[in-house]
This record gives sequence, structure tokens and C-alpha cells, in this order.
Amino acid sequence: MALRQSKTDTPYDVIVVGSGAGGGMAAYQLAVQGLKVLVLEAGRDYDPVTETPMFQTPKDAPLRGSGNADKPFGFYDATVDGGWRVPGEPYTTAPGSDFMWWRSRMVGGRTNHWGRISLRMGPYDFKPRSRDGLGFDWPMTYETLAPYYDKTELLIGVYGGDEDLENTPASSPGVLQPPPAARSYELLTKKACDPLGIPVIPAHRAVLTARQDHERLPALLHPGNALAQRVLRQSMLERQACFYATDCGRGCSIKANFQSSTVLLPPAMATGNVTMITDAMVREVTIDASGKATGVHYIDKLTRTDHFVSAKVIVLAASACETSRIMLNSKSTLFPNGIANSSGIVGKYLMDTVGAGLSAQIPKLEGLPPVNEDGTAGIHMYMPWWLYGEQAKNRMKFARGYHIEFGGGRGMPGPGIFGGLESFTDGAYGKKFKEEARRYYGSFMYFDGRGEMIPNEDSYCELDPDAVDQWGIPVLRFHWKWSSHELEQAAHMHQTFAEIIDAMGGKVQGTVQTDGSRAIARGGQIIHEVGTVRMGSDPKTSVLNEFGQAWDVKNLSVTDGATFVSNADKNPTLSILALAWRSCDHLVDELKRGNL
Amino acid sequence: MAQHIPRRDALKVMAAAAVSPLLLESCGPAGDSGAAGTVTSGRASLPVLGQTPAKGPRGTPSDPDLINAKVTWELKLLPAELVTLAALCDMIIPADEKSPAASTVGAHDYINEWASRPGGDASMVRIRGGVVWLNRESVARFGKAFHEITDAERTAICDDICYLPNAKPEHRFAAQFFDTVRDQTATAFYTTPEGWKDLGYIGNVALPTFEGPNAEIRRMIGVE
Repeated sequence: MALRQSKTDTPYDVIVVGSGAGGGMAAYQLAVQGLKVLVLEAGRDYDPVTETPMFQTPKDAPLRGSGNADKPFGFYDATVDGGWRVPGEPYTTAPGSDFMWWRSRMVGGRTNHWGRISLRMGPYDFKPRSRDGLGFDWPMTYETLAPYYDKTELLIGVYGGDEDLENTPASSPGVLQPPPAARSYELLTKKACDPLGIPVIPAHRAVLTARQDHERLPALLHPGNALAQRVLRQSMLERQACFYATDCGRGCSIKANFQSSTVLLPPAMATGNVTMITDAMVREVTIDASGKATGVHYIDKLTRTDHFVSAKVIVLAASACETSRIMLNSKSTLFPNGIANSSGIVGKYLMDTVGAGLSAQIPKLEGLPPVNEDGTAGIHMYMPWWLYGEQAKNRMKFARGYHIEFGGGRGMPGPGIFGGLESFTDGAYGKKFKEEARRYYGSFMYFDGRGEMIPNEDSYCELDPDAVDQWGIPVLRFHWKWSSHELEQAAHMHQTFAEIIDAMGGKVQGTVQTDGSRAIARGGQIIHEVGTVRMGSDPKTSVLNEFGQAWDVKNLSVTDGATFVSNADKNPTLSILALAWRSCDHLVDELKRGNL
Repeated sequence: MAQHIPRRDALKVMAAAAVSPLLLESCGPAGDSGAAGTVTSGRASLPVLGQTPAKGPRGTPSDPDLINAKVTWELKLLPAELVTLAALCDMIIPADEKSPAASTVGAHDYINEWASRPGGDASMVRIRGGVVWLNRESVARFGKAFHEITDAERTAICDDICYLPNAKPEHRFAAQFFDTVRDQTATAFYTTPEGWKDLGYIGNVALPTFEGPNAEIRRMIGVE
């Protein structure tokens, strides 16, 4: 098609593709440094302050708020035009591969609905190959990223405890917000796990349990930068502390939890340096004869027409697989296999998190007096991986760890409550049913394992030569395979959950699987897909350097989960944010030095 | 024990937050659509943040209005079918000293909404087939429709179909129907304020602090 390019000088220093964790952080960090930034977001404008259904009850929603194919996580979930399918934007899977790709099409991306679980990768997680010979090492150490973890946690607000365990590092003193009190079922679980040697400690989640210190933190985070301090101060003033009601997955109109759309984009916009175009679906990055990126083509979804914008630097943060897709679709004589892909790595080593879960009924939790257990609407406690020593001695059938998230108790009764109660009560109905409902309410729990997947050759995405989406853009085809490490790990999860449930005097609901393939969630189902444009220290085996800058195209960077070299059991968003901040610091330095 | 902030006050806090100008603030000189287009073609104005009135949900199934939620599909059950269903809902969740009967909070109307939903054809068949079966059985045994017979007579029918593993072969379909209606009635009832009160769910209110379980509960579960 014809290239339409402006004859005027571009007003933009940087184009950022995507407005989620990686894009929001990039827009914020670059704008406060005085750069002119254009953000292109493939979804619609979205304002959590006015659109979040705070306090709305299941009764207010169709089907009592239950999920369906259009809203898989329920009616109130803060996902627009998304889920595992996006209208008019299909993807395909290769024969024998099972992979589900979650996307959303809205300002702030998937940061609007996530679980806010914010775990740091630890020292082992950056050097997995050096430890056990599997997978690949990151081109940095924990010590390199640790200051950015501290800064990111201060910026977005993360609660947690001060535990400092093996490969589960503590934050620097004063960084974290106070952890919320444990709920009854969390205390009961801890009591059962202590003799099993399983640590149960305060979770880290990106939720404010206290107002941020708007006088002290801006100067601490942005020393000597008056613009940054001004917009961050104002942003922190706009945020309320959690009032312990309504599900974080709906988003938060009082800005108590972290979402890019409430925490990063407002101060970025307040600099006056950011323009954002929504409904702008990027399909291609262009380059000139010298191999420098020149701009991007995007489809304006409202007019269904192609447009071109240019800038000195392009930052891709469209989500791991979407970033790969854009790069693979950016073909030229210089890069016939996609921009910056001389290594052939783009699309390769796609990872998700290993997931397996079990539910339980706990008699000790039956018939308790009413107590408000909404809390921060997410986990207050969790179990970090505790068997590093056993793995180091080669006593385990799998190489990497998992953590456990668990919940239950007296949460808001929603759709499906007491489905299956007939099996506990021999089909009770009538007054007996009401009595049984009162007895059993609050006594059910779930345990979910979240484990590390080792990158493999058989899990990747590529362009499907036979399919395009409604914007005429070639779509991704996914290949997926678990290795025995993941399958054995999933089986181990079930065994562990059964032990914990037994120690609590509870009854497992469902089947404890010894075959991991029967326990493990589907690829992509945990929505932690990362990798495909990994960083590294060797241009032959990686696409990006440690700053997310493409080896082949110096003015092209990636700041989303695509850069991940491994996928530790630590939920990825916090690391995406910290890595993106570090990438932006480097990018600003490079621009100042005239290297781009 | 934590003191509750009345929901009304919490909403005031949110309303104050809602007028925050930040997200709507001008994007600066570069923020007009002319600058956004290094594109030269003539086109409708771009949805640049802060400039386009077209904001908010588009009202499609994948982007519904979450604040003003509404059922967008036609409800298909007939009034006579709803009368039968209401009688069955009240057999499952009758009034007692703690809370009202299921039909009082519209459980039968909820089942209509559920069975009529797009893609819910199998549910609709189960509900409609079950309602016809229920009245036929009722007339055969007691000479009247299900809603017209006595509680004791209704109990006689329900006892036969209330638990699939114990159901006679000729009652298997009816037992599945009963199970479906029980699940949906529970969903309908226990998601209302009346149902929450019955169970002792006291959340969904703003609190200034979160305390965790009190001493009595700690003692009861043995974590003092």
C-alpha cells in the first residue's frame, strides 16, 4: 500500500505503543523527562473514575454478574472488548497446541483488572541457567534491578511484610505500605502450614493501605526534577487509601489500587508532554535505508483507515504477543523476517505461568459469627516457594518453584453460590436448605499454585500465513507444549494442597491428580504470557539488550513482558514496571548523548 | 471493631474524585488532532483524549455500561410458567424467621432472565420441559396444577426429585430440572440484600480500617 508520510517535522520524540503497565510507565517516565510522547492505544478511551462500578452488587447486573464468553471474568470485570477473544481480532493455534490469549482493548490495558499481586523476582530468578542448567540467564542481576523495584513500589504503592526469605527478597525499609490484617481462614491456613514447613507470609499487592506521602515521595523518586515532582505530587493527592470494599478486578474509582489508567497516565498527561490516540491499532514499524526506525502505521478503528506517524524513537509495549506480532509484521528488505529480528528469536520462547488449583470445605469455618472479610478484595497472605534446598539437592522431579495463592471465607455471595450444595446435604430443599446454606457459607476455600515455566523450543508464536483480523493485519498462530517440569510441578501442587487441606481438617473438593496433565491449567489461562522478544547479552541469541533496546535497531525499544528471559513464579506486572522504568532511564540518556 | 462509613459518604468521596480534572486535562500544544496526524489524509477527528465527547462504554456485549446495567434480551417465559416456577422456588427457599421466600425477591423472574439469555437454549428447554412435567405430575397425582396443591402435596413431588443420585429412573430428568432450579434459585436469592442478611454477609461497605477476625472468632477456630 502507499506510504503516507507527513512532510512536516514530527512533533514527537517518542511513540509508545500501548498504555498498560509497560506503556503507561514509559509514557510517564519519558514525559516527566520533558520528551514529547505520543501514546497509541488499540482500545477505547476509558476512565476508571467515572466508569468503575464501585459497590454495585451482583443483583444490579445481568445474570447476577456471572461471566460469559464476552466477559469471561464477570460482568463487572474491568476488561473492555477483551478476554480470551476480542471481537474481530482472532488468533489461531497450531494442531496439537492449546493456548488462550487474553487481551483487552482499553486505556490502561490489562492493568485495569489484574490481581495486583506484586512479587519481586529474586536473585535466583535472574540466573536460572547458572543454577540448574535449564532455560536462560537474564543479562542483569537482582542487585541491578532492586533499586528499580524499590522505586516502582514507592511510585505505585504496594503493601507487604518485611520477610526476607530465600529468593523472596524484602523491599528496602520504608518502601512497602502496611500489610492488611489476616482473615480468619488465612490465620487457620497459617496454623496448618507451620508444622508442614510451608511459610505463610503477608502478600505483596499494589493496593494503598495508607495515603502516599505526597510531600516526601515525589522528591525522593525524581530528585531535581520539578515537573516530575509537581505532577506526581498531584497524582498522589488524587489517590485514596483502600476502604476495604469492592473487588479490585473492577478497577478502582478512588485510585487505591494500581492501574496504569489511574496512577501512571494521569500524571503523564499532566506534564503537557503526552498525546494519546485511542482506537489506534498499530500494525507495523517502519525503517529507513540506514536501519533506523522511522515511525508506525496504525489503523484508526473508527474510520478503518491506515495512518502513519513518525518519531525519533519507537517504544513497543502492546503486550508480549502483540508486540511480537507488530515486529513480525514489520517486514523490509533489511529485515525480511520482521524488524530487529536478525536473531530469529522474535516470537520464540513464549511462556505462561503454571497453574493448578483445588477447592476444599473446612468444617472449622462452618457457622462462624458474621465478620466482614472483604479486606482488600485480594489475598492478604500467601506461601512463597519453600523447597529451593530440596531442588538444589536434586530431590525434586521438577526444577523450579511455585507460590500458593489462597482464598475463600465469607466473601460477597455471588452467582453460583451453593451450586453443588445438594451433594453435601443429600438434596436438601426448603427450610433445611436455608439452614445448610447458613452452616456452609464461609467454609469453602481454594488453593491455587502459580509456578515457573521453563522456556522451550515448542512454545512460540508466529504469523499465520492464512489469516488476518478485521483490520487486515496478519494474526498470530500459537504453538504450545508443557515440559515434564511443568507437569510434575502441577502434580506437586495438588499433593501439597491436599496435605494443607488435610492438616486443616478439611475435605478436598474434586480429585487430587497425580498426573500433572490433568491438573495443569491451559497455556495462557493464567494470563501471565511473557517472552517472545527477549533481552540478553548476545545479539545472536536475543533481540534486546538489558535495557530493552533492540540490538539491530537502536531507536526501537520494548518495555512490556515480551522482554522476559524467564518467567519466575513471581507475577510479572511489577517486574514489567521496574524494567520499563530502567529502560526509559537508559533511553533518555541515549537521547541526551545523541546516540539515537 | 471497625466503624462503618455509611455508603452514602463513601459515594461522596468518589463523586469528589470524579470531578478530578487530571485525565481530562489538555494534552498541551501537541494535543490537537492536527498534530496527532502527521497523516495528511482528510478524516474525522481522532479520539484524542480530552477532546472527544465520545467517551465511555459502547453498549456492546463486550463493552456494556457497567454503571447502568440492564438486561438486553427478551424474556421468553409465559406468565403461567412463571407462576409454576415461583411455587417451586418457594419450595426450595421458603420464608422462615430469618428471611423471606425466594419468589418475594423475584427468583422466578431471575430464572426467566437466565433461561432466556443469548446462547441459553439448553437452559430454556430444561426449564420449560421441567415446568410442563411438574404440572402434569401434579395433576396426575393431585388433580391440580403445582401452584394450586398444598405444601404437603408439593413436598411429596419434590421429595421424589430433589436428589439425582436417589431419583428413580423415571424421575431422572425431573431431578436434573430440580437441581438446576435449586442452583438458580440460590443464586437469585443469596445475591439480594435479604439473602446477604440471612447468611450474615456484612461486607460491601467502606471501612476506615480492616481489623480481621475478633477474639471470639479466633477462639472458635483455634488461632488465639
